Amino acid sequence: MRHGRYPFVVGFLVAPVTLYVVFVIAPYAQAFQISMTNWRGLSAPRWVGFDNYRRLLDDGSFWKAVQHHGVLLLALPLITIAIALFFAFLLNVGGKSSGGQRQGVRGAGFYRVVFFFPQVLAVAIIAVLFQMVYRPNESGLVNGVLMKLGLDPVLFLIRPNLALWSIIAVLVWQAVGFYVVLFSAGMAAIPGEIYEAAEMDGASRVTLFFRVTLPLLWDTLQVAWVYLGIAAFDAFAIVAVLSVDSGGPDGATTVLAMEIYRNAFVYSKYGYASAMGVALFFLTITFAALTLRLTKRESVEY
Amino acid sequence: MTSQTLPPTPAAPPPARTAGAGRSRRATAHREVRLFAGLGQVALAGWAVIVIVPILWTFLAAFKDTGEIFGSPWTLPAELRWQNFSRAWTRANVGRYFLNSVFVVSCGTLGTMLLGSMAAYVLARYRFVGNRAIYYLFVSGLAFPVFLALVPLFFVVRNLGLLDTHTGVILVYIAYSLPFTVFFLAAFFRTLPNSVAEAGMIDGCSHTRLFFQVMLPMAKPGLISVAIFNVIGQWAQYQLPLVLLSNAKDKWVLTQGIADISVNAGYQADWSGLFAALTIAILPMIVVYAVFQRQIQSGLTSGAVK
Repeated sequence: MRHGRYPFVVGFLVAPVTLYVVFVIAPYAQAFQISMTNWRGLSAPRWVGFDNYRRLLDDGSFWKAVQHHGVLLLALPLITIAIALFFAFLLNVGGKSSGGQRQGVRGAGFYRVVFFFPQVLAVAIIAVLFQMVYRPNESGLVNGVLMKLGLDPVLFLIRPNLALWSIIAVLVWQAVGFYVVLFSAGMAAIPGEIYEAAEMDGASRVTLFFRVTLPLLWDTLQVAWVYLGIAAFDAFAIVAVLSVDSGGPDGATTVLAMEIYRNAFVYSKYGYASAMGVALFFLTITFAALTLRLTKRESVEY
Repeated sequence: MTSQTLPPTPAAPPPARTAGAGRSRRATAHREVRLFAGLGQVALAGWAVIVIVPILWTFLAAFKDTGEIFGSPWTLPAELRWQNFSRAWTRANVGRYFLNSVFVVSCGTLGTMLLGSMAAYVLARYRFVGNRAIYYLFVSGLAFPVFLALVPLFFVVRNLGLLDTHTGVILVYIAYSLPFTVFFLAAFFRTLPNSVAEAGMIDGCSHTRLFFQVMLPMAKPGLISVAIFNVIGQWAQYQLPLVLLSNAKDKWVLTQGIADISVNAGYQADWSGLFAALTIAILPMIVVYAVFQRQIQSGLTSGAVK
């Protein structure tokens, strides 16, 4: 059993670990270092300490982006989870019960397949698709109908206070199906006897949902919230492709990832972009830690 | 998640109730169920329409000409203009982007699965100094946003002379897919029984042969889940190719190419060509999804149900 063990272990680990250290660990470590310099790519980087971070505090677009993450962080999980929970409940326990076995409504299988599909598409492709859907003239999917009816077109991506919500709607459109399937798996694990017992006690559908399903699904909900929160801190592809001028109009939809990309690869402000990256990292970590902390609860054993 | 075996009692007779109260309560419950299920059906059907219509509308528009797209966006195309597709495929380079994507994702996923399963196997089943440290090194990658690394990554790839090459993109894809792959597969390898491995060793099987001929086949369900996860994730990648392939238009992947057509589409744009390009991007996914629907759903959600 012992012979040739260490050469084997080393042989199996050397390629993945090298690749990982070179392309993942080293860049992460360097990001912190570069964020302390004024590097613009041409001359040697000069150490400037926390100057980049101080400039971040006065940067209007940085704060705008942070604010948008705040909106995304609340709206995206809340809306997505609410819709997905409702659908998952309907698909799993919404129908009639026969022989003690809870059933979903008719066509549950079909709905699950259709709802999940957008998850398979690339966000960049979905962004192009919705650029067509949201087009501000009669060639748009929505406005084509509105204008036929003699109504004014809705300027989804052009009106500053509507643009971010139009983007959130697309993110919800894509995400709902995934969470329907995720919650369905969680609901399927809840034993039917619990529902049966509750129903025998005269519990209505609404009571069933809030008193039985929701508490027993708490762990899954927590996972969903963390996932959607992390998605809310990214949103690069959708903003870069769908919004006017990649983050516009006039910064109304910009996110940190967009600002990092712009500062680094358009303005060549590598030091400053890295400082934003570090800020993004701490925001993400804080969010994940806070969520896990705040939503900690006695999990119900069954 | 606890797994419990349900007692097989679905056919058990319902408990006797007092006749009157039971019946009226059951009647209201019945009405409530009907109402709830009715409203539910409407909501479900509504959402299905919201999901399907934009995609279907895109497919139809791919056959129209510009006049039709603007004049009658809601009608069927007057004729099937297949030339929209050939124009998108050749003149707008969508064909090239598509094949690039296929190549990059094939190599990327294959490499990820090979290196990821090797690392996961060793970390899960062999005890050696530094095992935990290396495992946590991999897993910590799950917590970091890619955008933190973007600037230094660009220079690492450039200094290696891999900027604007598929090799560079593939290596980066593999590296960034490793954390989840190692995390998931290590958990999977740990669940495999020891007896088979021991029997193999007694028969004089080398460690390497044991891995490739015994353990990998046993880990097939886990490998399939992770492979699906990686294929879909790498196929959808946008920001990494955007940064790593920016100056080599002939090497672009599909997401990047189509986004570029759309972003740079001016007033003279070839709208029907763009719709055709979108169709080319979406249709294969529908086919793949239709065939592997079950595996895809469990593969993508497997990450959340750890």
